Amino acid sequence: MKSFTQKLALTTALVSSIALGAISAQAEPTAEVLHYWTSGSEAKAVKALKEDFEANGGKWLDAPVAGGGGDAQAAVLRSRVLSGNPPAAVQIKGLSIQEWAEADALGDLTKLGEEEGWDDVLPPLLQKIVKHDGKYVAVPVNIHRVDWIWANPESLAKVDGEPPRTWDEFNALADKLQAAGITPLAHGGQPWQDGTVFETVVLGMGGAEFFNKAFVEKDATTIKSDTMKKVFDQMRKMRGYVDADFSGRDWNLATSMVMRGEAAMQIMGDWAKGEFLAAGKVPGKDFLCVPTPSNGGYILNSDSFAMFNVSSEDDKAGQALLARLILGEKFQETFNLYKGSIPARMGVSTEKFDECAVKSMVDLQSASESGALVGSMAHEIAASGAIRGAILDVVTEHFNSDMTSDVAVERLAEAIELAE
Amino acid sequence: MMSLMTQKSIPAKQPISDWFRRNVAKLVVAPTFGLIIFFVYGFIAWTGYISFTKSKMLPTYSLEGFYQYIRLWKMTPWNVAMENLLVFGSLFILIAIVLGCLLAIALDQKVRAEGVLRTVYLYPMAISFIITGTAWKWILNPGLGIQNLVQSWGWESFSFDWLINSEMAVYTLVIAAVWQSSGFVMALFLAALRGVDSEIIKAAYLDGASLSRIYLVIILPTLRPVFLSCFFILTHMAVKSFDLVVALTGGGPGYSTIMPANFMYEMTFRRNQIGLGAASAMMMLATVMAIVIPYLYSELREKKNG
Repeated sequence: MKSFTQKLALTTALVSSIALGAISAQAEPTAEVLHYWTSGSEAKAVKALKEDFEANGGKWLDAPVAGGGGDAQAAVLRSRVLSGNPPAAVQIKGLSIQEWAEADALGDLTKLGEEEGWDDVLPPLLQKIVKHDGKYVAVPVNIHRVDWIWANPESLAKVDGEPPRTWDEFNALADKLQAAGITPLAHGGQPWQDGTVFETVVLGMGGAEFFNKAFVEKDATTIKSDTMKKVFDQMRKMRGYVDADFSGRDWNLATSMVMRGEAAMQIMGDWAKGEFLAAGKVPGKDFLCVPTPSNGGYILNSDSFAMFNVSSEDDKAGQALLARLILGEKFQETFNLYKGSIPARMGVSTEKFDECAVKSMVDLQSASESGALVGSMAHEIAASGAIRGAILDVVTEHFNSDMTSDVAVERLAEAIELAE
Repeated sequence: MMSLMTQKSIPAKQPISDWFRRNVAKLVVAPTFGLIIFFVYGFIAWTGYISFTKSKMLPTYSLEGFYQYIRLWKMTPWNVAMENLLVFGSLFILIAIVLGCLLAIALDQKVRAEGVLRTVYLYPMAISFIITGTAWKWILNPGLGIQNLVQSWGWESFSFDWLINSEMAVYTLVIAAVWQSSGFVMALFLAALRGVDSEIIKAAYLDGASLSRIYLVIILPTLRPVFLSCFFILTHMAVKSFDLVVALTGGGPGYSTIMPANFMYEMTFRRNQIGLGAASAMMMLATVMAIVIPYLYSELREKKNG
């Protein structure tokens, strides 16, 4: 047994020395990039980044982890960090960035940020997301808008309907559509989709301050307030506007219902646009994109790459190069054209972007100035995974049962408290 | 020359080869034993330890008592998951055993094309739960499957919407799981039925016992070990059922069909609550122990007495 352990130790030492030797032999900016963009337009978008990086003399070590919307990647990341060998750049977002920063796992990009003038080009809310203690620890690649209504203009025309500007108008329109035999709302009954609809209603009925008080500060009186009860009342109404078979449906199937005219509207982030475009539909003609009623509000979702603590000079150079490229205008444009989102930095030329993206850029600017810009709760920007999960549990249970709004707000407050 | 050498070397090496001969079995088992101790029981112990800490995204090692367990039992989703396990587990085990047993008895009546029928019934076991779940998701979907079919035949008011009904969705899991496993149970019973001494049955016939009486009083009691095996296999399948839920209902509508394993995965890997996930894993282990140990104990004790 003793000799076995010795052999094992020897082999481990040998293998690791070979591995270490292989790493230290390279003398160029190197970045091992851990990400979960493995399919479709996302894979194309990440390939654009890789090519850009290599064209600038970098060595890209691709470490994709497919599946689970990042769950599988999170497990890999955790074990890599615990074993003291983190990848250089990792696709994480929102509050996970803060959690990793608090665990002292992230590097510091502040110097590079100053050189590149990031403070001037990133919306303040986005800066807050990628900074920890005032230091840049991550770089954002894009901005997705969550609070969109994707509508089929033909279906709306059948009832002489206009895209709604208030939730009352939304309900009136939905009632008319229903009377005409058209499903008003295409929806998939999965917790995150319920949560997506829920947060647009929260922003619409309560405004940005209410949104932040409830989801960021987790203030119990706000959560139990009458406004929140009204939000749940509206959710109950929305339940009546979806078709019978909505349970468990994927979001892209709901999108295709709108495309085929089986349903009139879908509330979903702008990744839904990719589905329309892939089917050859033209924005403004075959489908409409209008913000959900919120009085100039904007719910932001953003993907980013966090830079982990690495020791070798090559890796540090690789991180700096990668960060600079990611926030460069050229990459921001190419990447977001593929991905259907809009650039994370402001002031990128709108020329090549479609109608919906341009609208998103304009609205982002104005919402950022008026303070109506909020981070998404359902997509883990405003709330951590644990809080978001707890909120989604209650929202989805309310949506799928006959729970009253009074009970729902109590349960919401309780669930959030338990999750902390 | 060779034989001379071996003969010479025997006296010197005798104690070692003797020791080797005595311990060869232990030596062969030792590596696997060591690996199991480490990777199974070692990790169970580690999970147990973590469940007493406040670990969130990364494991921490300062003990916090029963904090996670108290939180766990206060959470509605966990309570729903445990209720589901109880409902699903008991119905699944009961129906699969009864159905499997009946199928085996039916096939035991020297029916024609028995080989074909046996394969037909056993085949679902060869399919993974993901496939079973997906197929049943389509079959049970009101807009695509049975409901749609029957309605298109003209029975317009027919409704079979268990899959999208929070109250009934857990029973769709039972349907799919029973469909998958009862053929396997049948195979176990069939093998055991073939092992029953035909002399006893003939003797009972001569005594004028009816067929149902022969089965109930004579044959089934001798199949007790098979019941035990089936019970074990089905119990652990029920407790660890995860993929079926993911494929068939996705835990929905809402979270009405989640199982403890889904809860554990969600907490540990999606919500960065390792401590809570570990606590739920320990509760799952405790559930299995609570069912299996008394059963095993009573079975083994009776065997010793008998």
